[in-house]
Amino acid sequence: METPLKKEELKEPITISYKPYAKYEYSAGQSISRYLEGLKEGKIIGRKCNKCGRVYVPPKMYCEDCFKPTDEWVEVKDEGIVETAVASFISWTRERLEEPGIVGTIRLFPSKENDYVFPGVFHRICCSYDEVRNMSIIGKRVKAVWRSERKGDIDDIECFKVI
Amino acid sequence: MRKVGIIGAGLTLFRRRMLETPQELAYIAASRALDEAGLELKDIDCVVIGSAPDAFDGIHMKGEYLAKAGGERKMTSRVYVGGATGVMTAISAWYHVASGLCEKVLAIAEEKMSPARPHPQSVFKYIWDPITEKPLNPNLIWIFAMEMHRYMAKYGIKKEDIALVSVKNKRNAMNNPYAQAAANITVDDVLNSEVLVWPVNRLDVSPVSDGAAAMVLATEDIVRRYTDTPVWIEGVGWTLDNTSWPGRELAYPRYLENAARMAYKMAKIERPDKEIDVVEPYDPFDYKELHHLEGLMIAKKGEAPKLLKEGVFDIDGDIPSSPSGGLLGVGNPIAAAGLMKTISIYWQLKGTAGKMQVKKPVHTGVAQAWGDLMQAATVIVMRN
Ligand SMILES: [Zn+2]
Repeated sequence: METPLKKEELKEPITISYKPYAKYEYSAGQSISRYLEGLKEGKIIGRKCNKCGRVYVPPKMYCEDCFKPTDEWVEVKDEGIVETAVASFISWTRERLEEPGIVGTIRLFPSKENDYVFPGVFHRICCSYDEVRNMSIIGKRVKAVWRSERKGDIDDIECFKVI
Repeated sequence: MRKVGIIGAGLTLFRRRMLETPQELAYIAASRALDEAGLELKDIDCVVIGSAPDAFDGIHMKGEYLAKAGGERKMTSRVYVGGATGVMTAISAWYHVASGLCEKVLAIAEEKMSPARPHPQSVFKYIWDPITEKPLNPNLIWIFAMEMHRYMAKYGIKKEDIALVSVKNKRNAMNNPYAQAAANITVDDVLNSEVLVWPVNRLDVSPVSDGAAAMVLATEDIVRRYTDTPVWIEGVGWTLDNTSWPGRELAYPRYLENAARMAYKMAKIERPDKEIDVVEPYDPFDYKELHHLEGLMIAKKGEAPKLLKEGVFDIDGDIPSSPSGGLLGVGNPIAAAGLMKTISIYWQLKGTAGKMQVKKPVHTGVAQAWGDLMQAATVIVMRN
């Protein structure tokens, strides 16, 4: 009863293309707005909950554990430890890339090695494919490389680089 | 709470580029489930629809659309927890009966991934945070590759040890008449397949699939009236962690441990590694099965690869894992894949799994799924 089609068979039917005219203006809210302003100034801004001590990066206006408003803005270091790193040979549309894009997550300071949650960012890492492949980049201390022209978005950081 | 049992289940073939519409796939699976149960649609009180994202089928309001496959003029609802949806569909159907609200429930899960253009990967771009993540042009494989590499780094696990999951599941799928990606492959085949996002190669990943699954659940007296081989749902659990995945230890699925504890408490399981006879952990990627065997507390943290190597999770091992072939072998029409895992445990416990039937006698089985942004887990415990 079920009928799988071959790839060739998909070339024959008439295809109707349609592009919806839909645009959105997101509200970044107080926390992400301040975060983006911080990036423009070359700083990474978080919010701290004084009850449990947790530092949120990107900042959050309330602590999800204590379920109360967070207490203060804090500037965290633009330095941290590479938790994980990968090398992508495909684009987001699954086109093959010649040069891999290298990204990962960074546990920023202040934080400790055994924290399950921590101020963390997802970003590009400036290192070679070999350093990803042999895993030597994981656990390394890195620092943000800031662009000289900044406009208040995550691209104000070029990447994180080993120090 | 009322005791709830399963009396029927049905699957469509899992394939890429199915001619049938999502509604037709859901109808096929639902009819097969009703046939196995010995019921007709008019006997069903409520319907639960599971579909993970609307975007794959390209149809907005999927719940309303799929309701045509049995839910019209009935108490019908849709559940959605991303990849965890398939097992959540069964859990939701369970609480419709357990609560005393309904006598007979039809659970339907469907997903058609192949219509997305230029590639299903593109759809996933929209799950990322539009301000802090999407500008980096991520694709979904990135996030799994990051988690896999973290898991490898934290516990010193090698790629070849992880690849054994893909080898095992695709081999198990040879026994599954619904499977799309059954194959006898070797670890080298996995390691030599195209590198997508290092450390993920093409054969570490489940395929793009279309398909549907359905199940009929009922109260104890109806179950006893309709079958001599009842299978009962004895524990359910589900939890959500936060979406702040870059600020979390990715090596261990805390979200799953929480859900598993809830399900085990209900089913009175104290030693999951001793009491579970057969398991279908969620395996869209090979490392994910190992990750989930640890989150389910069937293996200790970082030790699932060792047990896998020793054959513990083989079809004739102590705790067969993904005897159906899992998502890696059967295919991954997202919500349908999770319900397929639940159904495969049901068939194992009923003793009707055919060539998939595990060698040892089985009494307690667990199915699990996972989804959203590295955060949702759903667990179901069944006994015969
Ligand atoms: Zn707090």
